[in-house]
Amino acid sequence: MRQARRCRSSTRRWRSPAWWPSCWRSCSPPEAVWAFGIHAALVGLAAGLVRIPARVLARRMLVETPFVLFAVALPFIGMGPRTEVLGLSLSEQGLWAAWAIIAKATLGVAASVLLAWSVPTAEILVGLERLRCPRVLVAIAGFMIRYLDVVAGELHRLQIARISRGDDPRRLWQARATAATAGAMFVRAFERGERVQQAMAARGFTGSFPCTAPRDPGTGVVRAVVSPASLIAVAAVAVAVTANLVVP
Amino acid sequence: MHIPDGFIDGPTSLAAGVVAVGGVAVALRKAADDDLESRAAMTGLVAAFVFAVQMLNFPVAGGTSGHLMGGLFAAVLVGPWLGSLAITVVLVVQCLLFADGGISALGLNIVNMAFVPTFVAYGIFLLARKAAPATRVGLLSATAAAALASVVLAALAFVAEFALGGTTTVSLSTLSAAMIGVHVLIGIGEAVITTLTVGAVLATRPDLVYGAGQLELNEIPVLT
Repeated sequence: MRQARRCRSSTRRWRSPAWWPSCWRSCSPPEAVWAFGIHAALVGLAAGLVRIPARVLARRMLVETPFVLFAVALPFIGMGPRTEVLGLSLSEQGLWAAWAIIAKATLGVAASVLLAWSVPTAEILVGLERLRCPRVLVAIAGFMIRYLDVVAGELHRLQIARISRGDDPRRLWQARATAATAGAMFVRAFERGERVQQAMAARGFTGSFPCTAPRDPGTGVVRAVVSPASLIAVAAVAVAVTANLVVP
Repeated sequence: MHIPDGFIDGPTSLAAGVVAVGGVAVALRKAADDDLESRAAMTGLVAAFVFAVQMLNFPVAGGTSGHLMGGLFAAVLVGPWLGSLAITVVLVVQCLLFADGGISALGLNIVNMAFVPTFVAYGIFLLARKAAPATRVGLLSATAAAALASVVLAALAFVAEFALGGTTTVSLSTLSAAMIGVHVLIGIGEAVITTLTVGAVLATRPDLVYGAGQLELNEIPVLT
């Protein structure tokens, strides 16, 4: 138990939003396959540290499916010199492009899933504030996240009510009742927003949000491993090597 | 569909990020005139609504279904400034909490899905509303035209970004033809859904429809 808690607090430190620019990986040139290997190892290390179940990770990564499909089509529709793979004539440039898209998108999606899994939402908002995101925008995001379940739940109930009254649309022009649901939902969400606003004013809200970001960002060894600095370093070395600035 | 990391190259993503930051700054300044800070709760609820309504599936045909993208819808209901901020917040939250859209591609996604519908397509809406008669039908026709335009223009913005920073060698004419063809169909769906939904709001709370502007409220039949 104590050990688990210690682990939790050590992971919490590197959960700093400072490693968000993990998207730096998107700057590594596709020919530097080894660089992606290092990126993948770092993401894998992070996945192990935050103990995300493989099934959860896989399910949440499904959002990239359409782009993977697009990438798979590239070697077939790409232009330029062609090469023979397993008896199929494929575009060389298309193959590289497909590899680049799949590798970068997969790493990016995996990193985002890990971020969302390991960092409490409130801390993500604090991190946004520390990154100098306008405070009112962070406040809007906070209200949105807090009321998302309320609004989605209400929408779900409206939907069940509509379907239980026998609505079963099959074609676009039969969507009027569904649209009425959406319209009613907008009115309800808007009016709820107005009530929240009035309640805030009644409790003395003066029109400016307090700063909620803590002053000490914290440090940690683990955090350094998956920090943007290490990822940028890998990307920079990869760029240098492929540009023949450094002899490997 | 949200662009993931690495689909468009670094410089183009960075440029789109700069445009996104600038656009958000302008929208914040414009919205501040309307006392944005005290309306943050309402804007957050509108963002939550947009997020939730994207989970509501509308029938299309043959068992397939689509959902509202909602950029133009938000602009018509709460105005382009609050609307663009709400959609931007939706995209940021989808990116950070749901891994939907890459962090480095956030600027691209904000430009395509927040700015193009709420600024460019809303401009088309204003022009169409001026050209159409100042009635409920005129307003809804302008909404339909702008909703269709919002989807096609977003697709064109994507093609332009792909042309600038695409990581592959697909011929641009093939890509743009395919993108426009598909998105005209999606746009028709978006137009029908947006129009029906704006009509539903117009029937219950016409005062909430920002885009109705100077439209006389007593011209709108109140359904009971």
